Amino acid sequence: MNFNIDPLTLVTFFPLVGVLVLLFLKNEQKDLARWVALITSLITFVISIAILVQFNAQDPDLQMVAFVPWIQVAGWNINYFMGVDGLSILLILLTTLLVPISILSTWSAVEERVKEFMIFFLLLEVGMLGVFLAQDLFLFYVFWEFTLIPMYFLIGIWGGPRRIYAAVKFFLYTMAGSLLMLLAILWLGINQGTFAVPELIEMNNIAPYLQIWLFAAFAIAFAIKVPMWPLHSWLPDAHVEAPTAGSVILAGVLLKMGTYGFLRFNIPLFPHASIQLAPWIALLAVIGIVYGAIVSYAQKDVKKLVAYSSVSHLGFVMLGLFALNAQGIEGGILQMVNHGISTGALFLVVGMIYERRHTRDMDAFGGLWKVMPVYGTLTLIIALSSMGLPGLNGFVGEFTILLGSWGAGTPDGALGTPWFTVFAALGVILAAVYILFMFQKLFLGPVTKEENRKLLDINWREIITLVPLIILIFWIGLHPNPFFGLMDASVEKLVASLQSAAVVGLP
Amino acid sequence: MSLNDLLVNLNLVIHLTFLVLWTCGLVLVDLFIPNNKKGITAALAAVGLLITLILVIIRSGTSVSVFNGMLSLDGFSAFLNVILLVSGLVSIALAYDYLKRSNLERGEYYTLLLFSIFGMMLMVSASNLIMVFLALELLSIPLYVLAGIAGPQVESEEAALKYFLLGAFASAFFLYGTALVFGATGSTFLNEIVSAIPSDTTQLSTLLIGAGLILVGLGFKVAVVPFHMWTPDVYHGAPSSVTAFMSIGAKAAGFAALLRVFVVAFPALANDMTTILWALSAITLVLGNVIAISQKNIKRMLAYSSIAHAGFILMALVPYGVQAVTSDSVASALFYLMAYMLTNFAAWAVVIALEHRNDADTRSEGLTLDDYAGLGRQQPALAIAMSVAMLSFLGLPPTIGFVAKFFVLRTVIEGGFPGLALIGVLTSLVSAYYYLRVIVNMYMRDGEPIVRREVLLFSTAMLTAASTVLLVIFAEPLFQWASAAVLQLL
Repeated sequence: MNFNIDPLTLVTFFPLVGVLVLLFLKNEQKDLARWVALITSLITFVISIAILVQFNAQDPDLQMVAFVPWIQVAGWNINYFMGVDGLSILLILLTTLLVPISILSTWSAVEERVKEFMIFFLLLEVGMLGVFLAQDLFLFYVFWEFTLIPMYFLIGIWGGPRRIYAAVKFFLYTMAGSLLMLLAILWLGINQGTFAVPELIEMNNIAPYLQIWLFAAFAIAFAIKVPMWPLHSWLPDAHVEAPTAGSVILAGVLLKMGTYGFLRFNIPLFPHASIQLAPWIALLAVIGIVYGAIVSYAQKDVKKLVAYSSVSHLGFVMLGLFALNAQGIEGGILQMVNHGISTGALFLVVGMIYERRHTRDMDAFGGLWKVMPVYGTLTLIIALSSMGLPGLNGFVGEFTILLGSWGAGTPDGALGTPWFTVFAALGVILAAVYILFMFQKLFLGPVTKEENRKLLDINWREIITLVPLIILIFWIGLHPNPFFGLMDASVEKLVASLQSAAVVGLP
Repeated sequence: MSLNDLLVNLNLVIHLTFLVLWTCGLVLVDLFIPNNKKGITAALAAVGLLITLILVIIRSGTSVSVFNGMLSLDGFSAFLNVILLVSGLVSIALAYDYLKRSNLERGEYYTLLLFSIFGMMLMVSASNLIMVFLALELLSIPLYVLAGIAGPQVESEEAALKYFLLGAFASAFFLYGTALVFGATGSTFLNEIVSAIPSDTTQLSTLLIGAGLILVGLGFKVAVVPFHMWTPDVYHGAPSSVTAFMSIGAKAAGFAALLRVFVVAFPALANDMTTILWALSAITLVLGNVIAISQKNIKRMLAYSSIAHAGFILMALVPYGVQAVTSDSVASALFYLMAYMLTNFAAWAVVIALEHRNDADTRSEGLTLDDYAGLGRQQPALAIAMSVAMLSFLGLPPTIGFVAKFFVLRTVIEGGFPGLALIGVLTSLVSAYYYLRVIVNMYMRDGEPIVRREVLLFSTAMLTAASTVLLVIFAEPLFQWASAAVLQLL
């Protein structure tokens, strides 16, 4: 395989090399297994950087396309079709960055069946990258469903006490949504004669009432994954039971598959339905923002708090995407990345304290800053980024989204009313409440519990897992332009096509 | 028919001629093979199947009608012959060690297996209802015996009796249907029936009832609800290696006959038949999957799962009357059968590896779902094979089961039955629950399963599981092959 020709295939399937090596290791060779997985994922990251270097930000279309006919029989038109553009490039990088970080975080957390853990983790990376790169609906569905399998094992084998319940719930919930999407994909394939997404967008000839149905079939699958209120109930269970690395990837990448699905498939494939349903999606998004924030505040378990905060944060993403203007969508994409970084990092710090104390109950802590100053400082930065402090990444994303949704709130905008923005802004305040509340409970005040006095501050390995994320937190917060620059062209093209769909009317 | 004609015809069906002669020879040879060396019989049976397979492949390009139109050799029969012969070979591999350790090793086992395969091969070529009936009996009778071969074990004897009684019942239905069709059209040849569709309503309804009864008869064989009652008990009671063979061979042959008879002889009845097939398929999918949830014994679970899959295959047949999708409909059914064969053998190989006999009362143990706890840790390879099988049954990518379901669903939607497709996917979701439970037990619960590591069994599990995944890449040529098979049928 020539790297110059087909970097996307290489980056997607490179983790399989690690899997192959791992298969030949003995169960006892735990450290070796960890190193193999880490190095594999680091090389994958390097390949993705090479893709970024080759990436032309001015080009709005798919780049580095890999196209091989796959099933071309009896009227089928299924291809192996991969491509990257401004909508997905950042998510690719996020994925390849978070995987090595997660693997590093398991160094001392996973002691049982290390080899298998790493195999599933690398398989998961293959699936996630495939989801973001596939441009053929059949291929996309294959990757989409495939991600279920390793995640199911990660939760089910290495999870907490209720892991089996959580794993099965995760699996069934997600599969229920996907199956409806499968029928919609089949409908498109049969009636449009192709599964290739760019071609399908080009055709743009689906009657409006059908668009609504197809939109709904796709939307349920994605909304479960995001998860949007009221389809979120699998998420807290999955997060609480999953091992730390699993939670990081679940929050950091898997949830983005849902929002990315809306962006890549729902909006461009069904523009009329998108415009028509945008206020309803926005309504659910805003309910999610406020609901997630309030429920977060009520949690005693730190991990559950972070899990519910995801519901709130991804509400912002959805609101931005369905503002259907450039600002909203760009803010939405950036916020996907931000959430991946901040919430991923939050799960990492929660994992660190859990490893030391084997509890996540907030009442068991207090005054940790005195005992673990480095840990406290880093957590503070991450927490502030998550609540959207100006100067850090969360603020840029949320502010852009709010601007976008405000702009869409004019009578001829997609949302029609600025009230969504108003309530979403309320969510920002609520975020400050629950995040600061959590921070105060954990770190401030006197050390109340004897066990906490002798806790060790975080070690170098743990600092290394956090540093790249913290650098990104500041970078995006202070100088977000390069990030927006990557997506500008593609987003503008998407918005232009939406506007023309709205103006031209229907076939 | 002159002697010369006979020889010409026998030569045209050389694979059948060879197999039946080889089998008869094996019956005699087996008498001289000492009891502790029955492995030789197994090997000879395998060689016979292998040669037959080669003959089938060599002759696969031709399309002829032989014995005055009683049999048609075409791509359709060639495709199914390959499935049947591969099933036979795999079944021998599964049976060899299993029979030995269960004290069931007898030469008759293999000769009966070969006779049954011969019956199935006749069935997939039969183009006359009488021929279908003969083949049905020829494939069934050895299976009745095989189901009871573990006697005096009570379950096995019960299975044999039940299978025999209900099988005979089904044969009667089939025969009565044939008689009615003959009465209405004056012929039992499939291609004559289609051109002799009567115009007056009385005769037409006679034909319709005849076709319905044929459906009932074959529905028994492929285990479609409501003709499925025997399945769980027989699958459970029969020795596992027999069940594995039966669940694929009998299903493939039954569906082959169903497809050929309906597509060739009854396209004119599609309007009425479609409704019936729709209902049968829907109720099979729902009942099979829902009842499977409550099963604690893996053999019974797989029995209900096989019922559910019969529903899925039947689903492919529902739009057979819609001209535009007829060929896809049959092709996707064939593809599904092939996918089901691979997946099913992977699962049964693991089941057989875990089954062991309690020496005190000769009962089989290791068959409950709880016995699978801890398998992932103790036997990672077998557990992976089982997981792959479960995921393929479930229809999750990247397995062949997913591609098969995708093809069938596409046919059904294109044929204009989105409601049935919806039932198909929703019941797949239900099935996720019980298939996942096996995986949960293997990987997420602790236990000390007792496993035999026998080379043949182990490599069969690995091979079938690997092909379940790897063949996805070659889905195109496989589907092309299935489509080509159908073209000659139409």
